[in-house]
Amino acid sequence: MNWINNVVRPKIRSFLEKREIPENLWIKCPETGEMVFHRDLEANQWVVPNSNFHMRLSSKKRLEYFFDQGEYTSIETPEVAVDPLKFRDQRKYVDRLKDAKAKTEMTDSVVVASGKVNGYDMTTAVQDFAFMGGSLGMAAGEAIIRGMEHAVEHKTPFVMFAASGGARMQEGILSLMQLPRTTVTVQMLREAGLPYIVVLTNPTTGGVTASYAMLGDVHIAEPNALIGFAGQRVIEQTIREKLPEGFQRSEYLRDHGMVDMVVHRHELKETISNLCNLLMKREAQLPVLEEKPAEPEASTEVAATP
Amino acid sequence: MRSYLEFEKPVADLEGKVQELKILAEGGEAVDVEDEIARLQEKADQALSDIYSRLTPWQKTLVARHPDRPHSLDYINTLISDFTPLAGDRKFSEDCAIIAGFGRFRGQSVAILGQEKGNNTESRLKHNFGMARPEGYRKAVRIMELANRFNIPVVSFVDTAGAYPGIGAEERGQAEAIARSTDMCLGLGVPNISIVIGEGGSGGAIAIATTNHVAMMEHSIYSVISPEAGASILWRDSTRAQDAATNMKITAEDLSSFRVIDEIIKEPIGGAHRAKEIVIDRAGNSIETALSKMAGLSADELKKQRREKFLRIGRELG
Repeated sequence: MNWINNVVRPKIRSFLEKREIPENLWIKCPETGEMVFHRDLEANQWVVPNSNFHMRLSSKKRLEYFFDQGEYTSIETPEVAVDPLKFRDQRKYVDRLKDAKAKTEMTDSVVVASGKVNGYDMTTAVQDFAFMGGSLGMAAGEAIIRGMEHAVEHKTPFVMFAASGGARMQEGILSLMQLPRTTVTVQMLREAGLPYIVVLTNPTTGGVTASYAMLGDVHIAEPNALIGFAGQRVIEQTIREKLPEGFQRSEYLRDHGMVDMVVHRHELKETISNLCNLLMKREAQLPVLEEKPAEPEASTEVAATP
Repeated sequence: MRSYLEFEKPVADLEGKVQELKILAEGGEAVDVEDEIARLQEKADQALSDIYSRLTPWQKTLVARHPDRPHSLDYINTLISDFTPLAGDRKFSEDCAIIAGFGRFRGQSVAILGQEKGNNTESRLKHNFGMARPEGYRKAVRIMELANRFNIPVVSFVDTAGAYPGIGAEERGQAEAIARSTDMCLGLGVPNISIVIGEGGSGGAIAIATTNHVAMMEHSIYSVISPEAGASILWRDSTRAQDAATNMKITAEDLSSFRVIDEIIKEPIGGAHRAKEIVIDRAGNSIETALSKMAGLSADELKKQRREKFLRIGRELG
């Protein structure tokens, strides 16, 4: 039976799925079932035009939409010890890692970058759900720490785009230790007087919420994202009753005082930029002065100096 | 009546026989029974020592959860005089899963945070089996703030399967409460130390265990997720908890080898539940040593030591 469940069924399923969506040109809206052409989604930042369903976004796209003209500099993140636990569940952790790297062309689940957002310097870290569920292990922790340090060094605000199933269990206690470790650098941002904005995207759960993702100065959530500490199945098993409608969704968290606002993906950049400008007491950056066609770089430099 | 774990069966059988003989001896005159008792007791001791010298991670999990194992209140009642528990988070309610308050440890004022599992049905319900809701962590933050202001060290006894997974807990920000508690630990300008006395269950534990000095009892466990939950996620089969316990490296020895913890406190043969006084006294000595080492440090030095210690974790692994 196990063999059938583990080997045969997934094969049948993947075979059927491939047939259903040839070449992934048409993508099904998870909410309404509507088929949307991938170019239309792409043009709409992967938000389904009719239903407004926010699809998962790759870290690459996220950075592209966030930074001015889609231009940014990747920040190198430290290398970490690989598989110190020599972990093996149904597969070896090193094999899972290898697959995830091949599939995503990333080194781990968090990428860090800096660039301009509406003309001002900004540092950001993005968690990519495609890399082992965006799970938080040593590499991701170090990347976030490095990003926050970079923001402190360059006196920029720090924006965290969170998306994660939680701690990476294959790294055991070392993954749990990323909770206090990332909190250390959140404190450094605070001490440096720099805004720390968290954008909670679908899904952000587990240990990630129990640390840096819930320690922002401002919490912004994308619509209808799953955000919570305990898994829904675990809660249902514990209390033996059905969960309320919309439980652990962005709007629910806003109504319960855990996030400041639920913001459409199209409005994210402006919202964040405005918040940072207000907190840092700086003028809203004007798009390049019409009468003075100087290089935008130069004007930015001057304006960015506090 | 002593309760035995399944793998302690050989010991249980032998000690059962010893008990029977003792009862026989009390009733009669049989002289040679004395020798037999001594012989059996010796065998039982040997069996116990054999078993406990090579406990598997899963067996340690069972020892860590042993119903007779000393819990936070046992440590507090023995080690802390004038203990004055304080209640409530001043926001929503009191949460008895975490005991918090002030008292005197060997003459010195300390703040105490202790996750309490309870030891009978009534007290287990009262303490919610040691699984705190957001209010427990917010109370912990409140007590840490007080301790910081009055320049009093904080001592945590960690013993929880994890933070409570419930609707109310989620609504009131379980994750945020844990994160703020960890945050508070890292911001303290007074020494804080923690001892994992039973189970160190994930975020629910780290919230009060982000400390200058972290110790674990020899047979306690500390993990990112319970072996059962880990098995159900990684193997899709919660009966593989033994494999999860082994693979996740959750024992004091493992954590010490990863340099995640600073000290292992030895337990007597047969585990803490067989000699509570000895174990609690050893925990007391560990607390005293750790506190005296940090006595001369300034608030900034303490913060720096704690931050650097946590940032170092994992960086020295090959």
